[in-house]
Amino acid sequence: MSFQLIFTLISGIFISGVAGYLGTLMLSKKMSVVAGPLAHLAFPGVALALIFGFNISLGVFPFVIMGAILIWLLEERTKLPMENLAAIIFASGVGTALLFLPIDKAEEALIGSIEKITPWETTIVVVLSLLVFYVVKRLYQKMMLMNVYEDLAVIEGINIKLYNLLYLLSIAIVVALGVYLVGGLITAALIAIPAASAKNISKGLRSYKMWAIVLGTVSAIAGIFIARFARLPTGPMVVVSGVILFLISVIFRRQLF
Amino acid sequence: MNTLLEVKNLNVDLDGEKIIDNLSFQVAQGEILTILGANGAGKTVLLKTLLGFLPYEGSIVWHQKPKIGYLPQGLNQLKVKDFPLTVQDFFALKNPVPDLEEITTFLHLVGLEKDTLFKTAGNLSGGQFQRMLVAWTLVSHPNVLFFDEPTTGIDIGGGETIYSLLRTIWEKEKLTIFLVTHDLNIVYKHSTHVLCLNRKGHHCFGMAKEILNPEMLEQVFGTEIKFYEHH
Repeated sequence: MSFQLIFTLISGIFISGVAGYLGTLMLSKKMSVVAGPLAHLAFPGVALALIFGFNISLGVFPFVIMGAILIWLLEERTKLPMENLAAIIFASGVGTALLFLPIDKAEEALIGSIEKITPWETTIVVVLSLLVFYVVKRLYQKMMLMNVYEDLAVIEGINIKLYNLLYLLSIAIVVALGVYLVGGLITAALIAIPAASAKNISKGLRSYKMWAIVLGTVSAIAGIFIARFARLPTGPMVVVSGVILFLISVIFRRQLF
Repeated sequence: MNTLLEVKNLNVDLDGEKIIDNLSFQVAQGEILTILGANGAGKTVLLKTLLGFLPYEGSIVWHQKPKIGYLPQGLNQLKVKDFPLTVQDFFALKNPVPDLEEITTFLHLVGLEKDTLFKTAGNLSGGQFQRMLVAWTLVSHPNVLFFDEPTTGIDIGGGETIYSLLRTIWEKEKLTIFLVTHDLNIVYKHSTHVLCLNRKGHHCFGMAKEILNPEMLEQVFGTEIKFYEHH
């Protein structure tokens, strides 16, 4: 096994694991789709990076995080649903990007480039994934109560505004990492699919979270190996593996009644 | 009696419409105040304003910091259908997480079996979910309760159980309770004070036994209501 493959596997496992975990919260808030628009926001960053010749990730992070903060501010101000705001942010991101993005060079931004990840980038991926995992774990129960019924969360003394911001920042980081793995087009799949599959086969919160992480990492490992042996692009293959696992989960769907 | 809450000249507007018009009342510690009114009279709005969720004019003064338990109207099993939460998971959303023994005790008090803990919250029946919610609210030992139609979806016998339970806990823990209900018998049997709301600002407020009479009810609800006093 080459070092390159090991780095690819490590980053793939960490990114998709944490994306699956965060996805369980987003699914319950009916926000899985928000990740898509946010990922598309990476495009203007990619465009700038390509035009000025710096590392793509340096372009991606500021834009995605800025997008998350914008959504948060607009939600406070307008009280519109986050998914709606994300669509607006998405349109502005892609619109601006398409004005400047050299489309022929944009493949990396579209389908990711994890098979070329460097040791240094792998380290950053691992550190950021662990950080997000820790933050999400800390805010999980509170966010869940906010998703169930916000007024109850207020009564329980939860600072809604602060938690929403931390939550959106976590999403932004995971999305930026996802752009690495599978590209901006299908990042939402990393977040939405494992959680959906996990929901199919679990009854309580514990198994839901656990299965989402397991299925996320399994689809990353499977996708990376299959892509390598079949000489297919890695990012899309990871997503397709996730979809196959989802179909299997549909078959095994537990009858809860 | 120690005054717990003082409301003076309260006005609440929602989207430019006046919902609560110049309302004043006070509540002492240990009282059960029932808020009566026809649909749309602003009962839920009043609760939410007292809880601090809505902007208002006038003054709301708590003389001691309350530890609040809130049972909202409109949270039902359908709302949690999309969450893979067992009843136990649902209790674990509280901070701090109550211990298992305590949860079981309260489930038992509201008339639910222990194995309810392991059922999916979204699959409970409406009545079971409501009972579970009552237990959820009480388990952290609040000293002020806000119950908005707590017996929605519960059959008549079950409603009695919930109110007797509230009464027992009230006597034991010296709670102050704010209750919104349509059930007049409950009002008469279980509340110490009544506040009636109507949109035109004709509010009434007083001891339950003094002001609960057919004339007052007709004024509040707008039609003649048969009301039998219990002896």
